[in-house]
Amino acid sequence: MADHEAAGERNSSAQEVGEFLRRRREQIAQRWADETLFRTVFTMSRDEAVEACRAVVEALAAVAVADQVDNLGAAGFIAVRDQLGRMVASRTRTGAGSTQIADEVAALRTPVAELLRSELEGSPSGRTEECSVTLTALMGTLRLVVLETALNAGQELIDRQRLQLLEVATPVIKLWDGVVAVPLIGTLDSARSQVVMESLLDAVVSQQARFAILDITGVPTVDSLVAQHLMKTVAAARLMGAECIVSGIRPAIAQTIVHLGIDLGSVITRASLADALAYALHEQGSVVVDRNRTGTSAR
Amino acid sequence: MTETSGSVTACLPIHSDMDLAWVRQHVRQTAAQLGFGLVEQTKLVTAASELARNTLVHGGGGQVESTALTSGISRGLRLTFRDEGPGITDIQRALSDGYTSGGGLGLGLGGARRLVHEFSIDSRPDEGTAVTVICWVGGAPHPRQEGR
Repeated sequence: MADHEAAGERNSSAQEVGEFLRRRREQIAQRWADETLFRTVFTMSRDEAVEACRAVVEALAAVAVADQVDNLGAAGFIAVRDQLGRMVASRTRTGAGSTQIADEVAALRTPVAELLRSELEGSPSGRTEECSVTLTALMGTLRLVVLETALNAGQELIDRQRLQLLEVATPVIKLWDGVVAVPLIGTLDSARSQVVMESLLDAVVSQQARFAILDITGVPTVDSLVAQHLMKTVAAARLMGAECIVSGIRPAIAQTIVHLGIDLGSVITRASLADALAYALHEQGSVVVDRNRTGTSAR
Repeated sequence: MTETSGSVTACLPIHSDMDLAWVRQHVRQTAAQLGFGLVEQTKLVTAASELARNTLVHGGGGQVESTALTSGISRGLRLTFRDEGPGITDIQRALSDGYTSGGGLGLGLGGARRLVHEFSIDSRPDEGTAVTVICWVGGAPHPRQEGR
């Protein structure tokens, strides 16, 4: 109730702080431009830094006037979120950790607090205190907004990299006329195995391949789910008229598969990619001649 | 039971596919540190992968505790997978090869049992399931244990 009444007051401390920020925007911006956060981001020109500071002050003022001092999602912050994001990214590139960035944002409070104190000199002490508490809360919220922006940027990066990994890790290679291969690397979860299957089947069509080799040298663990994915891929390739060979089965993996009880009897398997290629060439009737050896035997 | 000692060295959550990868990595590292050979490592990691997936898919998520064990001169690793899911109603059936309730190959539980030295399940309907596996470095688990 008390909060509600305070908010209903015509001239609440939040509004007063907001108006103060608007009034002293220029001065605050000039002071902030010399603080570490803005100085290190906008190294090219001070005018740019001042411009950026003005935008942040304006945003804070809007938030305060709207009486949303504690609200991270306040409309006022939306306008500067992009700018804060770029600033955080730029600080991160130069090696600043999130704690350091948070400290730098916290350092912005001091100059504003000083200005506020001098402005409110003479007014009742209770009022001054109320306003400086509000300002502290507002600056705390700004700090959280900056940290949140940094975290979101990190999450975005991770998501983007995960997507990239999905594509990068599954190239289909043409080994010979009619022979394609996919070297599988890393964990073969459902999403990745789906990508593998699709790109392999596409390659079978476009390369008119009769043989497809799945090389699992780079897959550290073959459990029943991975085996199931492999068998499904093999079955799908077979439906398209291509014969599938699983290669790169290491001794440890072979023993594990046997103990697990997975029946790979219906799948052609080879220990190495070279063996698989040799098998495919033999099956399709291609003959590779070693010139040196034939030379010797002819002599 | 064998006289074993050890304290819980790590407790990992299992709530997503990413956690499964983390569990595999952790088990592989711990097993390598304890001196497991490559084949034993692979077997243990595969068993852990199966059981962790069961915890995630059938148990709705849970956690795994890993404990380094010493018994005399042998060293081992104990992994306990716990969930608070619906539990397993017919354990014998769940252990039999080819039985699946989730569209898999039906080899997870039985296969995991064949990959480790000691295996036990404690499951209560509607309360959850705990699967404990132990693997000893050097393979053969205490020869005297079988006489007891």
